[in-house]
Amino acid sequence: MSLLEVRHLAKSFGAVKVADDLSFMLEKGAALGVIGPNGAGKSSMFHLIGGSLKPGAGQILLDGADITALRPEQRCRAGIARTFQVPQPFSKMTVFENLLVPSAFGAGAAEPDGDRYCVQVLEQTGLLRKANQPAGTLTLLERKRLELARALAARPRLLLLDEIAGGLTEHETAQLVETIKEINRSGTAIIWIEHIVHALTAVVQRLMVINFGAKVADGSPGEVMGSTIVKRIYMGIEVA
Amino acid sequence: MDFQVERGGRASKNAAITLLIVLSALTAGPYWLNAGHQSVLMEIFYFLALAQLWNLMAGFAGVVSLGQQAFVGIGGYTLFAAIAWWGIPPLVALALAGIVGLLVALPVVHMVFRLQGAYLAIGTWVVAEVLGLGVSQIESLGAGSGMSLPIEVADSIEIAFIDRDGVLYLGALFLLVTGNLCAYGLLRSRFGLALTAIRDNESAAAASGVDCKRVKLVVYLATALGTSLLGALIYLTKFRISPAAAFDINWTSYIIFIVVIGGVGTLEGPIVGTIVFFLLREYLADTGTWYLVILGLLSVAIMLKWPAGIWGSIAKRFDLKLFPTGRRLRVSDREL
Repeated sequence: MSLLEVRHLAKSFGAVKVADDLSFMLEKGAALGVIGPNGAGKSSMFHLIGGSLKPGAGQILLDGADITALRPEQRCRAGIARTFQVPQPFSKMTVFENLLVPSAFGAGAAEPDGDRYCVQVLEQTGLLRKANQPAGTLTLLERKRLELARALAARPRLLLLDEIAGGLTEHETAQLVETIKEINRSGTAIIWIEHIVHALTAVVQRLMVINFGAKVADGSPGEVMGSTIVKRIYMGIEVA
Repeated sequence: MDFQVERGGRASKNAAITLLIVLSALTAGPYWLNAGHQSVLMEIFYFLALAQLWNLMAGFAGVVSLGQQAFVGIGGYTLFAAIAWWGIPPLVALALAGIVGLLVALPVVHMVFRLQGAYLAIGTWVVAEVLGLGVSQIESLGAGSGMSLPIEVADSIEIAFIDRDGVLYLGALFLLVTGNLCAYGLLRSRFGLALTAIRDNESAAAASGVDCKRVKLVVYLATALGTSLLGALIYLTKFRISPAAAFDINWTSYIIFIVVIGGVGTLEGPIVGTIVFFLLREYLADTGTWYLVILGLLSVAIMLKWPAGIWGSIAKRFDLKLFPTGRRLRVSDREL
């Protein structure tokens, strides 16, 4: 059984379709990269999987169970954690406290055990030095790292990463890639939306392309990047 | 790796000691304060308690209600009805008022929670108006002109050697202290972690597994209970109640003024706000309506200049917390 199954998902705002008959599956522990032009519906797909957006049609299954009707907090408890493209920290709480929230309510951890796990995540994401700083005082890059750390603190089985590498230097990107690989190796399935394709392909075994809310390509990174349809709509290259 | 999670700090220890001294002095109030000072302090106590409750609900849980006067009125009228209709002793009637407030809040919360933001604010206000109008139709409670408590009731409030004013004063102090202790305990608990997260970012809290709706519901109901208790106590000291006064939107306006100028979403803010509110009232009492105009202008000015309120701005500049609800991490014995 797949970890995640998305079936014929549809959502539109007026004439704009952010999800158009979108279907795909993700196996346990797999890593999937998602690319597509701006406004293609990538983040909306995360809103739909995370539960903050209700689909107009279609179903979402986690471990074979229909979770389409579940609210965001229920999906988090079921094992789906996400980062936000525009960071949404608990700004007046400290970085450490930011992690305690998903640890207590998402993972349902009791204090000593949850605290220990949060400290580990802080170390893993390089935020330990900032632990007692209010999240609102972090720089944009640190906030992006906090998004990742907070999602991890929920101990998800499926991690949704929304453009967390944007704005990083080459060196920082390499570090982030290592961290995400490590998370994936420990058994957490990942869907990663990113424009930086080489960072994606360093982690994922599979790439999916979305345009106008619809899936236009899905396969190994080599296949997908080589396909004419991707070159035409995503890369903006005219193919004769 | 060794680590420790700390709650508290130096400022908070000093604050706790100071607070304990102040509270002891206030508890002994009936012995060394005259009736006039006692009654002003009593008013300060219940306004601070009302403000703290509203702060918990609006400042933390994000439920901005403009209808807290509904529960002041329900509490007050329950007390009067219990005494006038059934001759229930005042202090028992007080507890009953809290329970009735909670029972009224149960259906109300299901209505108003269908609304959000400004609509919820208006909705709660409308509910308060409707309840006020409803009460003014009850003939045996004096209808629109209200009613007074019989004089025997006044005398029955004395306990042993403490006179009526003293009992009411201590009652207000008791509600204030227990209310604040509960709020403080709540905010330090696991539930408080959820509440603080909702204060900062509701959608992120939901994505982190927090059941925001349930948290809001619990806080709204607790606030209704506390506000009704206070409403009953307030009208027990006034001895006279009328729908226009008990269900007056001004209860909520003053509360919001206190919380906003003090600092919304902190426990210290309403304390500062209450002090400012009463100082202004003391010095502007002779200016009549200008008093309200000045209060309004001042709150607008503070909202624009210091949106975090007086306490919020001071606390931010000096990294000050008198009642720490947070958790600080120490790793291998060094402060991070």
